[in-house]
Amino acid sequence: MNDEIIFFIDGVQVTGRPGQTIIEAADEAGVYIPRLCHYPGIEAWGSCRVCTVAANGRPCSACTQPITTGLVVENDTETLREYRKSIIEMLFVEGNHFCMFCEKSGDCELQALAYRMGITAPRYPYLWPEREVDASHPDVIIDRNRCILCARCVRVSRDVDGKAVFQFVERGPEKKLTVNAEARLKDTDLDVTDEALDVCPVGALLKKRVGYAVPVGERMYDQEPIGSDIESNTDAAPAAATEVEA
Amino acid sequence: MSEDLTARVSAICGEYGSDAGRMMDIAWRLQRTFGEVSSEAMDVIASETGATRADVESCVSFYSFFSTHKHGRVVIRLSNDVPDRMAGYHRVLGAFEDELGVKCGETTEDGAFTLESTACVGLSDQAPAALINDVPFTELSTDDAREIVRELRKHMDPRRLVHKLGDGNNAHPLIHSMVHNNLRGTGLTLFTSYNRGEAIQKALSMSPVEVIRAVKTARLRGRGGAGFPTGMKWEFTRGARGEPKFIICNADEGEPGTFKDRVLLTERSDRVFAGLTIAGYAIGASEGIVYLRAEYAYLRSFLEAQLEKRRADGLLGESILGHEAFDFDIRIQMGAGAYVCGEETALISSCEGTRGDPKNRPPFPAQEGYLGLPTSVNNVETLCCVAKILEMGPATFCEYGTHQSSGTKLLSISGDVCQPGIYEVPFGTTLREVLEMSEAEDPVAVQVGGPSGQLVGPEDFDREICFDDLATGGSMIVFGPDRDLLKVVEAFMDFFVEESCGYCTPCRIGNVLLRDAVTRVRQRQMEPADIDEMERLAGTVARTSRCGLGQTSPNPILSTLKNFRHLYDELVEEAPDGQRRSFDLDAEVTAAAAIAGRPDGE
Repeated sequence: MNDEIIFFIDGVQVTGRPGQTIIEAADEAGVYIPRLCHYPGIEAWGSCRVCTVAANGRPCSACTQPITTGLVVENDTETLREYRKSIIEMLFVEGNHFCMFCEKSGDCELQALAYRMGITAPRYPYLWPEREVDASHPDVIIDRNRCILCARCVRVSRDVDGKAVFQFVERGPEKKLTVNAEARLKDTDLDVTDEALDVCPVGALLKKRVGYAVPVGERMYDQEPIGSDIESNTDAAPAAATEVEA
Repeated sequence: MSEDLTARVSAICGEYGSDAGRMMDIAWRLQRTFGEVSSEAMDVIASETGATRADVESCVSFYSFFSTHKHGRVVIRLSNDVPDRMAGYHRVLGAFEDELGVKCGETTEDGAFTLESTACVGLSDQAPAALINDVPFTELSTDDAREIVRELRKHMDPRRLVHKLGDGNNAHPLIHSMVHNNLRGTGLTLFTSYNRGEAIQKALSMSPVEVIRAVKTARLRGRGGAGFPTGMKWEFTRGARGEPKFIICNADEGEPGTFKDRVLLTERSDRVFAGLTIAGYAIGASEGIVYLRAEYAYLRSFLEAQLEKRRADGLLGESILGHEAFDFDIRIQMGAGAYVCGEETALISSCEGTRGDPKNRPPFPAQEGYLGLPTSVNNVETLCCVAKILEMGPATFCEYGTHQSSGTKLLSISGDVCQPGIYEVPFGTTLREVLEMSEAEDPVAVQVGGPSGQLVGPEDFDREICFDDLATGGSMIVFGPDRDLLKVVEAFMDFFVEESCGYCTPCRIGNVLLRDAVTRVRQRQMEPADIDEMERLAGTVARTSRCGLGQTSPNPILSTLKNFRHLYDELVEEAPDGQRRSFDLDAEVTAAAAIAGRPDGE
């Protein structure tokens, strides 16, 4: 039975495979752990901290922590829900997020997480930063007001598209997304068909002229809360997830 | 782009084998040669090393000692740490600004001077301090500041301003500095005299496994602050799959208020290098790296000369002391101004020539460290202890300290004490004894372990300095009755905002929000419920941040809320009108009024 690892999420027994992280095994078992920087199939990053769980009592990011036999993971607890809410609210006040006129509204993972967590307004004061918009590219726009520094585009452009168009410069609160050119996106070899453009969880990387092809109200998270696809992933759920004594 | 620049930058890259992994060295050479790492230069570095331009910029823009705009020929960096502030930092800064005619962060119009403030430069016992180019200046007065600028205008050479040399090796021609060691009560182990080569000789007469066993028998724990058992770390590294293995000495002493590694490197570098060599032997490494913080660049020539001497004496290089199976050498890697690089995985990132972001763990450095190979990172003081353990034997070493915390600890004491400096005490010594030794003046609070440690009051003065009680990397900043402790908290939070790498959300944003909250408390704009919210946020940052920096960054707030709660309570009250105290209606409408052209918008 070397190809199975049995561990527990919130007291429920879950079966995973060697080499999997907590989030990968949880996804397959139909257990949703909220996340932002994680994206299947690319390098685990561990930066947003939304997927923070407690593994054997210690907080860690579920997207980077490998599963081990018997690992006891806490996921849906009041404390962890509170941490995640706080982190989502931090991201809202760090940037300039105006959902009502953002063309990503309804398809935005940040917005969808806020709805799922019942956030109506962030409790922290807005920081109102000045951020650059780059519309130089004929087909793509970068709106850094909405960038949450998740590095999905950085990783996918580098490892999937093989281009490394995106990178971060500066540090701390000054950290920002840059492009592989002196200043502007049009001077990079980014193409509108690059996969990096399809993984932005927010409205920071947008393709021009297609923003409202799907009307508001009919978008992904207008239909169901974020995570519903994972929770309906019933392949493994009833068989592997058996309630055990706490 | 000028051909000349291209040729010169290419030549510099060539000196480092056009290896993108040596980005720190390349950037340093450019910074020193041109006063900046310009946009054009970054393009050349990228094409020479094969890194992307964005990767070059990512690295260069991360470190505070690199600049992408032209610095003055003389860069004055005034240390803005709390002990410096207590000793007159603001007055001295004002004098520099006045004399230079620029504000902090600016360069004079003639391109001669840049004035900046910087985090603790490791001279808290001689505050206020500054680095002028690489040269440390201590105990600055406003008169000194004016005099320095006037003199520099004549010859632009800060070294010529070092009129009185410090003690010990500070007076060595290769250091030539006014810095004092302030060694007080240090006779126990680390600063004792030694026979050069003795520790290595003893180690080489044992097998590597026996060396590790000796270090384990001595129950040595890391002196940087985390206290991980050194022998266990070496055992993991030795046993990990992957060759070659690396040993790194963490000389990025960045915790504000700490300066013991500076003194060890000045006075006992042989013991540090011996410890590093022994560690290399134990884990099976043939290359050691000393990651030296940029603030200690003035020690570099001296340390390089010491390494050269060790090579000449057969203590480094091939077949050390005739031991055929053991080749080992050491190189110095300069940091460039980033506190986070004291975190071992960030330090490794920096050694690899990238921004100093910490790495995800697992894998741990012992499994996949520098260049993805098994690596052990050990503190300067830890390595000194290793040499000492080999010299005196583990049993004698264990006679000092307690069972859980064997040996001694170097403390860096600054603030309101009559005798600031370095103290070596056995673990188990109480804080009260330390305060008496250093002749503290009516202490009401002590910051133990720097901003990432805790601020404790008199009720904790009988606690013991050891890993299980008052753990510390050695920083002790003492506060007398007249100090505004919330101002201290605010300064420490500002430090963490400045030094966060920005990788993870809670540390990057949470610290800004926490710093601003402390500011608002001090401005009496907070209500009691806001303090509870601040405490919750501090807890979230501590529990969800990715590395040790973020996990400890809220400690100034959390420890003062625990030990000095009244300081907050005195400044908060319920809003009388039901409107949030932090809400200023006039300020909020100013921008709109200005747009509308109303007089209240001015």
